[in-house]
Amino acid sequence: MKTKMVKRRPPAPRRIAKLWQLRLYVMDQTPKSVTAFANLKEFCETHLKGCYHIKVIDLLKQPQLAKGDQILAIPTVVRQLPKPVRTIIGNLSNIEHLLVGLDLRPAT
Amino acid sequence: MKNNGFQASALKTLLPKCPTGIQGLDEITGGGLPRGRPTLVCGGAGCGKTLLAAEFLVRGATQFGEPGVLMAFEETEKELKANVASLGFDLEGLVRRKMIVIDYVHIERSEVQESGEYDLEGLFVRLGYAIDAIGAKRVVLDTLEVLFASLPNEAILRSELRRLFRWLKDKGVTAVITAERGRESMTRHGLEEYVSDCVILLDHRVNDQIATRHLRVVKYRGAQHGTNEFPFLIGDEGISVLPITSLALNHKVSAERIATGISRLDAMLGGRGFFRGSSILLTGTPGTGKTIVSANFAQAAARRGERVLFFSFEESPDQIIRNMHSIGLRLEPLVSRDLLRFHSARPSLYGLEMHLATMFKEIATFKPQVVIIDPITSLMDSGTDSEGKGMVTRLIDYLKAGQVTSLFTSLTQGGHTLQQSEAAMSSLMDAWLLLQDYEGNGERNRVLYVLKARGMAHSNQIREFLISDRGVDLVDAYIGPSGVLTGSARAAQGALEKAAGLSSQQEAARRKRELERKREAIERQISGLRSDYESETMELRRIDEQVGTSTLMLTSERTASGILRQADAKVAVHARRRARKGTVKS
Repeated sequence: MKTKMVKRRPPAPRRIAKLWQLRLYVMDQTPKSVTAFANLKEFCETHLKGCYHIKVIDLLKQPQLAKGDQILAIPTVVRQLPKPVRTIIGNLSNIEHLLVGLDLRPAT
Repeated sequence: MKNNGFQASALKTLLPKCPTGIQGLDEITGGGLPRGRPTLVCGGAGCGKTLLAAEFLVRGATQFGEPGVLMAFEETEKELKANVASLGFDLEGLVRRKMIVIDYVHIERSEVQESGEYDLEGLFVRLGYAIDAIGAKRVVLDTLEVLFASLPNEAILRSELRRLFRWLKDKGVTAVITAERGRESMTRHGLEEYVSDCVILLDHRVNDQIATRHLRVVKYRGAQHGTNEFPFLIGDEGISVLPITSLALNHKVSAERIATGISRLDAMLGGRGFFRGSSILLTGTPGTGKTIVSANFAQAAARRGERVLFFSFEESPDQIIRNMHSIGLRLEPLVSRDLLRFHSARPSLYGLEMHLATMFKEIATFKPQVVIIDPITSLMDSGTDSEGKGMVTRLIDYLKAGQVTSLFTSLTQGGHTLQQSEAAMSSLMDAWLLLQDYEGNGERNRVLYVLKARGMAHSNQIREFLISDRGVDLVDAYIGPSGVLTGSARAAQGALEKAAGLSSQQEAARRKRELERKREAIERQISGLRSDYESETMELRRIDEQVGTSTLMLTSERTASGILRQADAKVAVHARRRARKGTVKS
């Protein structure tokens, strides 16, 4: 798994130039959800400034959307673009894991 | 077992139950799974967990009008539909009619990165959404344990599962959760800790190269249940669990008697044949005519207009028809009128459970009054002894419940000793006929006798069993000091007795003639003597007459001489005397 990620890692600047589409699945305004959104926002501002788009989906209001992205855990971030699709679960408090999950840094 | 859950819930003392509709399972659990609670179904690979869960949903939707949600973690919706279609379940149609919702949950560990805290609210949302969409009463989670492989944080997972089961109970849905069997615990990840109301264990064991599935209700909180292991089948109509021992011995019995097709055999059975609905065992060594007796029985029943189902595990239907034709039994018209149906299969074709399932199915569709199984022993050989006996018990229970008369033939290995399986089987049977060979005088003859016949007077005699091109006949065998005589020995003995009878008759006639002769001789003697007697009487009379005349002459002479001498004084006296003599003489 790790070697695979190393191989696939493209040069970082070219990648960031693209538009990132991120979906954040939350459930109501729970502390976890609020924390996750704040963490994601901060992360994107730091690493993907200007080329990202976050869509927040509240499953309490739209439960039917959970099936499409195979959502089990809340909160979940799904990277729709660039391909391939990446999924990160949790309140995103661990930046290291988030970087690895979004292919921005190889797993150590 | 068609009492539905609403009736059960009406009885306040009992736990409300949710009928599964699965044949036999509701009997074991006393009405179904605990309503509104989760049930754990665990077992190894390939023992039918998913099918059991799917059938629970399908039957709920079709038979009890309870919609259901199937949350699949292993198989996709398409795969599931295809898999259960082989059991005749139209999952596709049920999904279209909104009776069932299938939600395939897929989560690949390699594609998921963890960062910080989370919970499984997404799963709850999806499940809740599906339940609310169709108003589901039943939920299946198959197989939840996949999550342990997909999600790295086991602590979160465990606490979330605990919450999930609590949540399911609060929702009031009857849930079935499947889980893989663990090495030491019941499930690999200890799910039994969370689901404690009802646990069903499935098992797939191979014994003597034949695999049999078993089901056991390990735990059922608040209700009585059968704790034994019950074999179950996955047939083309779903799962059927077969309780080895029928829950009650309360078959209706009939006093009606039915003829066997062999009039002399009827005579041996109190003159009227077997009871309807009884189970009859016919044992015999090879070539003693078991199939012939069965075919006679079948023909007699079919001619009465009854339906007969003939399970043959050795011969094909055409072969039986041809062979029976040689003894004057014409079965093909009965087959074409659909009164007689054959079902032939090799015992080794599939396992015992499958045989039983197909037999049940045939019986259920054809609804026969008479069932013949020829021979039961070759079928029993394809399982272990206990399985075989269990199978026969189940079969007999099933047949008796429907008042079907059953005839089982059983092949013995020769000699007088009975096989163990037979001795075991015989206690289940109401009547037992024995066909045997008698060897002697360079020939082999068949004999038949009634070993037992419950509830009727029956002959204790051995009868010789004759097979000719006109059919079957039973004749008395000679029983003498040299044992039972059959065949030509019986004929020779018959001739011998006939000759002896003839000679004694002749002897009597001779003696009679002799006596007659003697009597005649005596009679002749008597008549001779009589004529002698008569002639002597005549002689005697003549002598008397002579004497009288001479006396008279003498007297008259004297008188005359007296007169001559002039003795007048005495003349008067003489005259008086003479007169007296005359009266005496006369």
